[in-house]
Amino acid sequence: MKNIRRFFAAALVLALFVSVSVSISGSASADAVYRTLDEILADGTVNIGVFSDKYPFGFVDENGEYQGYDVYFARRIGEDLGVKVNFVSTEAANRVEYLETGKVDIILANFTVTPERAEKVDFALPYMNVALGVVSPDSRVITDLKQLGPEDRVIVISGTTAEDYLIKNNPEITLQKYDTYANAKNALENGNAAAWANDNTEVIAFALENEGYTVGIPSLGSQDTIAPAVSKGNETLLNWLNDEIRALAGEQFFHKDYEETLVAVYGLEYEDSLVLEGGGLTE
Amino acid sequence: MPDLGLEVLWKGRNFIRLLEGLWTALRISLVSALISILAGILLGVLAGRKRSVFRFILRGWLAVIHIMPQMVLLFLMYFGTSRAFGWNLSGEASAIIVFSLWGTAEMGDLVRGAVGSVPVIQRESAEALGLKPPQVYLMIILPQAVRRLIPQAINLVTRMIKTTSLVTLIGVVEILKVAQQIIEANRRASPNAAFGVYLTVFVMYYLACRPLTLMSKQLEKHWR
Repeated sequence: MKNIRRFFAAALVLALFVSVSVSISGSASADAVYRTLDEILADGTVNIGVFSDKYPFGFVDENGEYQGYDVYFARRIGEDLGVKVNFVSTEAANRVEYLETGKVDIILANFTVTPERAEKVDFALPYMNVALGVVSPDSRVITDLKQLGPEDRVIVISGTTAEDYLIKNNPEITLQKYDTYANAKNALENGNAAAWANDNTEVIAFALENEGYTVGIPSLGSQDTIAPAVSKGNETLLNWLNDEIRALAGEQFFHKDYEETLVAVYGLEYEDSLVLEGGGLTE
Repeated sequence: MPDLGLEVLWKGRNFIRLLEGLWTALRISLVSALISILAGILLGVLAGRKRSVFRFILRGWLAVIHIMPQMVLLFLMYFGTSRAFGWNLSGEASAIIVFSLWGTAEMGDLVRGAVGSVPVIQRESAEALGLKPPQVYLMIILPQAVRRLIPQAINLVTRMIKTTSLVTLIGVVEILKVAQQIIEANRRASPNAAFGVYLTVFVMYYLACRPLTLMSKQLEKHWR
């Protein structure tokens, strides 16, 4: 009897929770969650979601100030809108959620444009390129995948786009898979493999930090891009952002951004391959 | 001594930022703890009575809180309410609501148990002396019950302080997030900073929780 009652009590409260969550998912697209451009201007503050621990794209410096490539752009957006910027610390996993609930107006957190994400959020014009890169020891720099012989192995990290790409396009290459960046880097340093393939920003940073390695292939396969994103359907803000990005090309804003924030990590030689001006359309 | 990268703590405002992060964590957990203790005592007393509808509610509430990870509750409160009802709760408010819901359920159960453990003869004697039911509770039963539940209540509060590390997922920057920010911003200059910074965070959590456990020990001794 006691157990039955306890069961009913739990069931009742659980039913309440389920009904709430059902109504949550049901009403997700019911009305506009986002703030239009006019509403942001009237409020005087724009909420921008950035990373707070992804050096050098979005991080917090020793004075507690947000800094980085994405943040530099976010500040400019605030300046040109004429409003204050309220930075919201986001994680990779909750970026879409923040836009779907309108808790931030714009996400500027190294957000790679993918078709799956584009179904849930609206991407503005891109402001950075990201592609795959291959780093190898100076003793034998791999500049073309054809240089790899049957005994050569290539390190990848499981679940990355590099792994998918090589399996699909170069099935003849033997892959050596690791779960963590630390293990992959150790393996390369120990000479376990001929090269390491990953996002080019990662391998470039590795080559610059470690003597004796060169990025022989700085960009492999399809180019992906990084762009600001707004809530699905927020056209006024999206159009403003696109106009802003086009206008900023005139002063080569993102080159300046790169020189202020990324040059310490990537050096000047990658500036033109990483930076996109005017969404890459005007060039 | 191995290189712990402790020098990053003295860069700029880093150490102060960690303390501010600790204060955020403590603010959320202590406000929630206060609400939980007051609401929990009320709920526990109400649920302690036989054939009370509150007993039924408390059971269901507890069952849900126990099966739901706190993180799910935080997401539901922060993102879910803005989808469902269009509320725009701040991260900190959402955290306090969730922690209070959790704490009230657990505290209510503790109080119910503690009240139940006070011998029936105490209540009967008090009633025989002519005390009214509220007086019986306030003057006879609760003072005895509270002594019995102090250790578990303190345990609940320290668990709350530690669970605040989850609130970074709803945008609240607390001590652990500040630690990660410091480590990542200095990864190139001080690659070993992770050890030193996490060690500092460990000491800070310890110093925050230790007075509570000491107080609990003192009270137990005092009331024995």
